[in-house]
Amino acid sequence: INTAESANVVGLWTCLSGPAVFHFSQRFTTVVPESCMLILLGLVLGGVVLIANKKQLYQLEPALFFLFLLPTIVGDAGYFMPARLFFDNLGAILTYAVVGTLWNAFCTGFCLYAAKLLGVIDERVQADLMDFLLFGALISAVDPVAVLAVFEEVHVNDTLFIIVFGESLVNDAVTVVLYKVYISFVEVGVENVQTADYFKGVASFLIVSIGGTLVGLVFAVILGFITRFTKKVRIIEPLFVFLMVYLAYLTAELFSLSAILSMTFCGIGANKYVEANISQKSRTTVKYTMKTLASIAETIIFIFLGISAVDKSKWAWDTGLVSCTLVFIFVFRAAGVIGQTWVLNRFRLVPLDKIDQVVMSYGGLRGAVAFALVVLLDGEQVKAKDYFVATTIVVVFFTVMFQGLTIKPLVDWLKVPRSTSRKPTINEEIHERAFDHILTAVEDIAGLQGYHHWRDKWEQFDKNYLSKLLLRKSVYRKSELWEAYQKINIRDAISVIDQGGNVLTSARLSLPSMASRASFPEVTNVTNYLRENGSGVCLDLQVIDNVPGAKVEEDTETHHVLAENLYKPRRRYQSHYSRHFMPLGEKERQDREVFQRNMKSRMETFKSTRHKRHKKERNPVVVPVESEEEKGEHSDPEKEEDVGITFVARKAETPKQRPKSALDGSPLASPSSPPSGDSHLPWKGSVGSPPPCVSVEANKIIPVDLQQAWNQSISSLESISSPPVPAEPVHPRVSALSRLGGPRPASYTPPGSTAGSTSSIGAQVLQGPFCFPERNKKEEEEEEEEGGAVQEMQPLMSSLRPPGSLMPPPAPPPPGSAPGQAGGGNPCVYLRSLVMAPSPGSGEPHSRGPTQL
Amino acid sequence: MGSSNSSVNNIPNAQELMQETGFSAAHILRLHERFEFLDKHKCGQLRPQDFGAVQELALNPIGDSIISAFFSPGQETVDFASFVRILAHFRPTDRNQSRDGAQQEPANSSIRKLKFAFQMYDQDRDGKISRAELLQVLRAMLGIQVTEEQLQSIAERAIQEADLDRDDAISFDEFRKSLEKVDIDHKMSIRFLR
Repeated sequence: INTAESANVVGLWTCLSGPAVFHFSQRFTTVVPESCMLILLGLVLGGVVLIANKKQLYQLEPALFFLFLLPTIVGDAGYFMPARLFFDNLGAILTYAVVGTLWNAFCTGFCLYAAKLLGVIDERVQADLMDFLLFGALISAVDPVAVLAVFEEVHVNDTLFIIVFGESLVNDAVTVVLYKVYISFVEVGVENVQTADYFKGVASFLIVSIGGTLVGLVFAVILGFITRFTKKVRIIEPLFVFLMVYLAYLTAELFSLSAILSMTFCGIGANKYVEANISQKSRTTVKYTMKTLASIAETIIFIFLGISAVDKSKWAWDTGLVSCTLVFIFVFRAAGVIGQTWVLNRFRLVPLDKIDQVVMSYGGLRGAVAFALVVLLDGEQVKAKDYFVATTIVVVFFTVMFQGLTIKPLVDWLKVPRSTSRKPTINEEIHERAFDHILTAVEDIAGLQGYHHWRDKWEQFDKNYLSKLLLRKSVYRKSELWEAYQKINIRDAISVIDQGGNVLTSARLSLPSMASRASFPEVTNVTNYLRENGSGVCLDLQVIDNVPGAKVEEDTETHHVLAENLYKPRRRYQSHYSRHFMPLGEKERQDREVFQRNMKSRMETFKSTRHKRHKKERNPVVVPVESEEEKGEHSDPEKEEDVGITFVARKAETPKQRPKSALDGSPLASPSSPPSGDSHLPWKGSVGSPPPCVSVEANKIIPVDLQQAWNQSISSLESISSPPVPAEPVHPRVSALSRLGGPRPASYTPPGSTAGSTSSIGAQVLQGPFCFPERNKKEEEEEEEEGGAVQEMQPLMSSLRPPGSLMPPPAPPPPGSAPGQAGGGNPCVYLRSLVMAPSPGSGEPHSRGPTQL
Repeated sequence: MGSSNSSVNNIPNAQELMQETGFSAAHILRLHERFEFLDKHKCGQLRPQDFGAVQELALNPIGDSIISAFFSPGQETVDFASFVRILAHFRPTDRNQSRDGAQQEPANSSIRKLKFAFQMYDQDRDGKISRAELLQVLRAMLGIQVTEEQLQSIAERAIQEADLDRDDAISFDEFRKSLEKVDIDHKMSIRFLR
């Protein structure tokens, strides 16, 4: 027991450190795939244990493998499967998986039997036709774990990858059925098998595969439906995802259906809806957890394969059997691929050429599934089990080690088109959608009911029924193209900032609270940039107006310290995490995106919150839909995500912040204060009272699609204005500003009016306080009470201004409103202009709101 | 359709069309049947209204734009030959077919495929996709899912990205450049029309 423990420790240690070690030696792993390294490590480890204990303690237990290790890998693969690519190539995948695997299984089985009859295989191998067919079935299936491990490092083009990998997933059904049918035949005895049993075998194949798929799809629907209602319990969203996907696996296994198929289809089916429903943080959690688990499982599998191979007691070597098997599986794989490709190419849009076929033949890796299946064999029934085990180990090692090692040079040598990690541009997004429509239309015109016709039909169905059922209402109306547009904008913002980082910093404004970071030579991302320079962008009068108590100030300072110290490590972390090449976190991207988009196209809308109202008039459609539920759903995700660090600070401060404000105690104020962006603008929380009316209104009025962006914009604006009230004494800037702005409106101004000018980048500084009639204040109060009902907006409508104008109707649009529109053209220039410190001698500083601070 | 059409020989210019477009006789025959089915008035010409008979097309958000791309500028109708020539754009590109330098670019080359897509956008046929034209297609495709402002910013963004000569419109060259990384042969081909 003691030795077991110690060995266990060694094993675990190695398992966990394995990937780390190999990732350190990057150069080494570019030549040798990780899977090979792990197997070698397993061999060494197994040897050590064997020498120490005289007998092998560890085996790859089939139960462990099928219940825990395999599902983690398959779940990860299924959930992150590129669905469109998969279904575009479904025909080829199914052909290779079903026909190819059957072909391999039968040919290998029969030929081994023939070899036995011919005497190539030794007499000691006591096996008849059924045994060989059984062995052929389990050895013929391409293994998803091995394929994934090797192909992920090779980076062949997407089509090739999805065909080989899809095949390896889908052929599970074939393998399972063949395996079980043969097992039962072997148990019953070949002589007792009747013709009907063969038909039963075929029927059970259909049941196992289709049944497994259906189970998976049912769970996918359930999962989608559940996540639709997890708005309030974000924390368990990832749990639901894991559980349901895993349950799909277990349920299928329970009914002896194809568990891999079930899990794969559950993942593929649910991904779209789940990803749309769950919060950003849950998405990240799901992604990282799945990838981590999968990579741990992969490590364990390969190491255990190595360890198991050392166990001599399970082995029985027969050179004839081993070499025959190796030759047969390779030859039949190649023959099968060539034959099927020849047929498929008559139907395929993009034919698979010779090089593809070579890679596909060569990529037919066998792996742990085969090993686990062969270990599961009953030694009583299958006399030659030990021979089969040895052969399987050799086959697995040969394919994973030798083929895995050589496939990369082969791919290089053949100049197989590689996949590019290039992200599509907005034009490509648009036009590819248009192409889909064109093809569908042309198929319709030509009277063909082809692939595009049916895909279109499916999309209609999905849009009209499925999405309605499985997506939150708020998400349902979001446009994919718009999402794509947002993502692209984020990327742009990043590159703009990355390239212009130094330029931007040179214009950095010194904030006392940021003195410590003035030493940072480079601005590396937008959030950082915002923190450093953002304060120049906007001026929030309310910040100046409210004079909170010393306590608040203290809190603010504390929070600054906390925020600054908390933030940097996270940034560093993000920059060098690369396992499985995950793209940059969505959240980070969004943060950046917010900045760029704010600056570029949405500036006008920020100039005045009140201004937003006219949207109501312009889009009457939006208004009725903008129900309470909507609003809740929209502001919630971000809010709930941010429960972490910043929330506490905000919560603590809000009441104190507006002691004499009319909004005091209004229930809506704090909950609806701009939810998002907190995390990336760490001191935002300390701002305490972002003008509550701003976000309340914003959430209500902004069209659904803009909500998130709006929330973030608002929060960034707030954070910008953050050098909060205490700022006045602390920040000379602010006082300078207030001097510029003439008589400081300070506490005289009701929050409502300041809110109006909060985001007014333009020349509000002076006019702001004066332009807002008392009426506004009342409205705000009403609004807080009513909680955003439509009618409450009516009075506000009157104060709407036409787009572009910054002031309420009575005031003429100030000349300084230009910055926003001016920015439309060149983001780069505009960004810079935003952060440029005002030249000291600026003639009309008050007209350039953004540069005031 | 009727027995009179059962042979390719009854279709005028069938041989030339096959030569030109690379369609097989069976394809031509099939398309001719379809053409006659759409041609309710039996006048050998299709008018835009005739395409309305295709029910699915009504569901296609940019169906109208696509239909109008079938008609060459100034023409109210399309005859069978043009109909086939248009559809030939969507034949998959044959990889191993040697192309004679002297010959005109075949209809199913990726340039011609792009040209068709371009024409779908370029409704006024001035050789440029203007902002308004792009917006129109976007609006049709996205429907009510996005607001006008979002459309504007997407269009703005797309034009900025593709517009190399800063004329606030996308010329065909710019269009081609913006899509040069996309496998046009793949994305603009229909399997059945091989």
